[in-house]
Amino acid sequence: MSEKRIIPIVMPKWGLSMAEGKLASWLMKDGDSVKAGDQLLEVETDKIAGAVEANEGGILRRRIGQEDTIYPIKTLIGVVADADVPDADIDAFVGSYVVPVAEEGEEEAAGPRYEFADTAAGRLRYTKRGSDDNTVLLIHGFGGDLDNWLFNADALAEGATVYALDLPGHGQSTKKVDEPTVAGLAKAVLSFMDTVKIDKAHLVGHSMGGAVAIEVARLAKPRVKSVTLISSAGLGPDINMDYIDGFVASASRRDLKPVLENLFADSGLVSRQMVDDLLKYKRLDGVGDALTALKNGVFAGGRQAALLADALAASGVPALVVWGAEDKIVPAAHATAAKGAKVEIIEGAGHMVQMEQAGRVNGLIKVMIGG
Amino acid sequence: MARKISMRQALNEALDQEMARDPTVFVMGEDIVGGMGGDGEKDAWGGVLGVTKGLYAKYGDRLLDTPLSESAYIGAAVGAAACGMRPVAELMFIDFMGVCFDEIFNQAAKFKYMFGGKAETPVVIRTMIGGGFRAAAQHSQVLTPLFTHIPGLKVVVPSNAYDAKGLLIQSIRDNDPVIFCEHKNLYGLETDVPQESYAIPFGEANVVREGKHVTIVTYGMMVHRALDAAAALAKDKVECEVIDLRTLSPIDWDTVLESVENTGRLVCVDEAHPRCSIASDVSAKVSQEIFKALKAGIQMVTSPHTPVPFSPSLEDIYLPSADKIATAVRKTMAN
Amino acid sequence: MSKNPFPLDKQGLLEAYRTMRTIREFEERVHNEFAKGDIPGFVHLYAGEEASGTGIMMHLNDRDRIASTHRGHGHCIAKGVDVKEMMGEIYGKAMGSCRGKGGSMHIADLSKGMMGANGILGAGAPLACGAALAAKFRGDGGVGISFVGDGASNQGMFLESLNLAAVWNLPAIFVVENNGYAESTSREYAVAVDSYVDRAAGFGLPGVTVDGTDFFAVYEAAGEIIKRAREGGGPALLECKMIRFFGHFEGDQQTYRGKGEVEHIRANQDCIKLFADKVLDAGVIKRPELEAIDKEIVKLIDEAVITAKAAPLPTAKDLMTDVYVTY
Repeated sequence: MSEKRIIPIVMPKWGLSMAEGKLASWLMKDGDSVKAGDQLLEVETDKIAGAVEANEGGILRRRIGQEDTIYPIKTLIGVVADADVPDADIDAFVGSYVVPVAEEGEEEAAGPRYEFADTAAGRLRYTKRGSDDNTVLLIHGFGGDLDNWLFNADALAEGATVYALDLPGHGQSTKKVDEPTVAGLAKAVLSFMDTVKIDKAHLVGHSMGGAVAIEVARLAKPRVKSVTLISSAGLGPDINMDYIDGFVASASRRDLKPVLENLFADSGLVSRQMVDDLLKYKRLDGVGDALTALKNGVFAGGRQAALLADALAASGVPALVVWGAEDKIVPAAHATAAKGAKVEIIEGAGHMVQMEQAGRVNGLIKVMIGG
Repeated sequence: MARKISMRQALNEALDQEMARDPTVFVMGEDIVGGMGGDGEKDAWGGVLGVTKGLYAKYGDRLLDTPLSESAYIGAAVGAAACGMRPVAELMFIDFMGVCFDEIFNQAAKFKYMFGGKAETPVVIRTMIGGGFRAAAQHSQVLTPLFTHIPGLKVVVPSNAYDAKGLLIQSIRDNDPVIFCEHKNLYGLETDVPQESYAIPFGEANVVREGKHVTIVTYGMMVHRALDAAAALAKDKVECEVIDLRTLSPIDWDTVLESVENTGRLVCVDEAHPRCSIASDVSAKVSQEIFKALKAGIQMVTSPHTPVPFSPSLEDIYLPSADKIATAVRKTMAN
Repeated sequence: MSKNPFPLDKQGLLEAYRTMRTIREFEERVHNEFAKGDIPGFVHLYAGEEASGTGIMMHLNDRDRIASTHRGHGHCIAKGVDVKEMMGEIYGKAMGSCRGKGGSMHIADLSKGMMGANGILGAGAPLACGAALAAKFRGDGGVGISFVGDGASNQGMFLESLNLAAVWNLPAIFVVENNGYAESTSREYAVAVDSYVDRAAGFGLPGVTVDGTDFFAVYEAAGEIIKRAREGGGPALLECKMIRFFGHFEGDQQTYRGKGEVEHIRANQDCIKLFADKVLDAGVIKRPELEAIDKEIVKLIDEAVITAKAAPLPTAKDLMTDVYVTY
């Protein structure tokens, strides 16, 4: 019985390549009362920094991990338990804790693997997590890829089958963008759904991916259970073209880093590895052309070309709108255009609100998808 | 799609993809096919270390085995480049450039300037550098500073498979002559490399490790020695920022200066000899530009002013090591 | 009108004369201007050797490439490089062929197939192999021609190039302009074999020796060799035995030459005089036709010198340009 009330806090694994992380700082102290979703500690990896949140409530009984120290993933770094669990049981739990060793092939079975789908829009990369009848499809924004959902996909997969894809021109998908518009990308998403046999899904779109989600709902309403629009395009004309132009033009670490800092409320989150990964993407043959074509198609004349608030309302699809209050790319004020939608503006977060305030955003999406 | 492949495979893939993309690209050098004119198999070698293996089957006569005649074939590569082709010539060991240096530094490097901008010479000369192979004085040198000295040449030294592919593709697409230096000890090293083609722009140093106490500036094989030293020093809470220059000409001064401004300490590591080396070049630039940012004297870790010795016991002492680098870092930290 | 015994029609003959006279007038004028101290640096003059460059170049078009020597003015003119820009370059002016950055020894015009005069003796041979290789890859029937003097014919890179061209069966032609002197050293002293035909044979390629003061001998031998190379027949060596009117460089006192040697050759072995005599004797061309050309050329070169002298020098902003395409 008591084991059930002792909850291990371990070094998380964010993304396929993470092997270790640095415990940067504890955000709570021993004896603090914890509820699900509370941020316990900050972890830094070479890719990104983020907070580890409590999955269940209780008391933070033991901080084991030292600040400023690197631990391999799955290492026990803390214990949450109910107040009535004796210290001796905690000691025993810590003493006997064994880091789970990945068995042969377990890594692939447990974690997501990159897969590829040959769709009418070309070869698209995706990941699939969980196995539930309820399906969620995550659609990233301009210049992004499926790793933008690093802090969301696993959490959402607890109660749903979660797909995340790379849109054409992005990530490791084809760099050929047949129709470089929101409508063109929506058609690509629908052909992806056909290929991997997703009949109906909750769509979660970030930024340009939000506009794509609305357009999918407009084109194929019966296949869309709900749309969650995060810092979304498609709801108003404004777009930070300095960011878009800078992202397309930057070819060096020194140029790209200040551009990326616009994405976050806390610019310190832009790590060396994040910049490096994006540069590696941007150097691929065809990416420059794809991004330029999308820039000209989606943000023609420095304005958002697809204004879809009316289409969203007309579709009658349930909608959730989430925004970082400090979004410097698409103004949070656009949220008001989504008539009839539930709107959440999250303080202390920027355009990448699903990374900066992952727990809050995951909680909101879970409610939306009925998880 | 990224997967782990060796630097040898990455270079082969870069040549393959560029030959497929651009019909003016051709590859020439000694034994790059191997077995020509004999009764045995063609593509017997694919270069002395197998970098070009398999390309002959795909591209046939666009791979040209040359006589042992560097000044003729390097000169021919330069001439063909001035006539609109994009030759990739393999000069087996950088040590051999003594017999064809004129074609490189008096011809290829100078056409653009001395013809008033009217000529372009997009030739790539691939060549092996570096010690540790027990190959002695004429097959082990790192003569990069000799080329860096020459205006008109670009000098590229990848430290891993990812950089090797992207830098070689950039070298082939680049419209200036490029000396592309491959360290012998890195051919087998595997890193994540995308299958797709990509080009890494020149003049972009790579910050391979971030740290706030000391900046280590290096390139090629020594990047790995520096990383080993940095890992060891991290245990003593000394955090090194390690900069892989990737291209020596052009060189990314901004990244170097910005880093030293943050750390205030500099260790330059170069497998070349100390005099007029990349290490001394970087040291001079930093002293000249941001002397006030320095909290301690600059340290250089280089090979000594001797030829490369043969005996393993001597060569091991000759080469810069992680220990020597760590010692130099500690010296700067002592101030 | 008498019958034309020559391998060129009248128009071709007049063109040959015009080219040779242009070179002569250009070089004589540079000689005089240099003596006045107006021209910076070194110049090496081609006067006396005009029949060689002209007789060869008349077979070429812009896609055929030549790699020249330090004594390159004649090759440039025969290959169609603009004479005024050449003069401007010799004066170091911004309007020069190389924007004042090359000078006499580096005049080039790739658009005309002129890969450059070259200050490094023998360096042109591998470059011409490269041009021939490019032509072979493209299958465009082009040839690469390298000029060397008897001196540079001893360079390793020249000899290596003979072998390379033979091994790869390149459309490459090696012209040895044998004027008897490598700087001040006689060919008799410095070249071990008597015949360049023998030297070529040693590398597995055919060689031909012609009297380089005889335009027609050069023209016909070069025509055959070039045609053969264009058709895939491979490389060849052409030796043109010829005469240098001036010293190795301007300012050379030529004390190493025999007494009266220069006077004798100017009187008896001037390739342009020999050419003129032949075409006049045959009655194909009339003297006034040649004199009209002479006049035009004097005017052209005069203008070239006036233009060059008056033209602005390159300035500090030009120092750093054109080192790289991108950097």
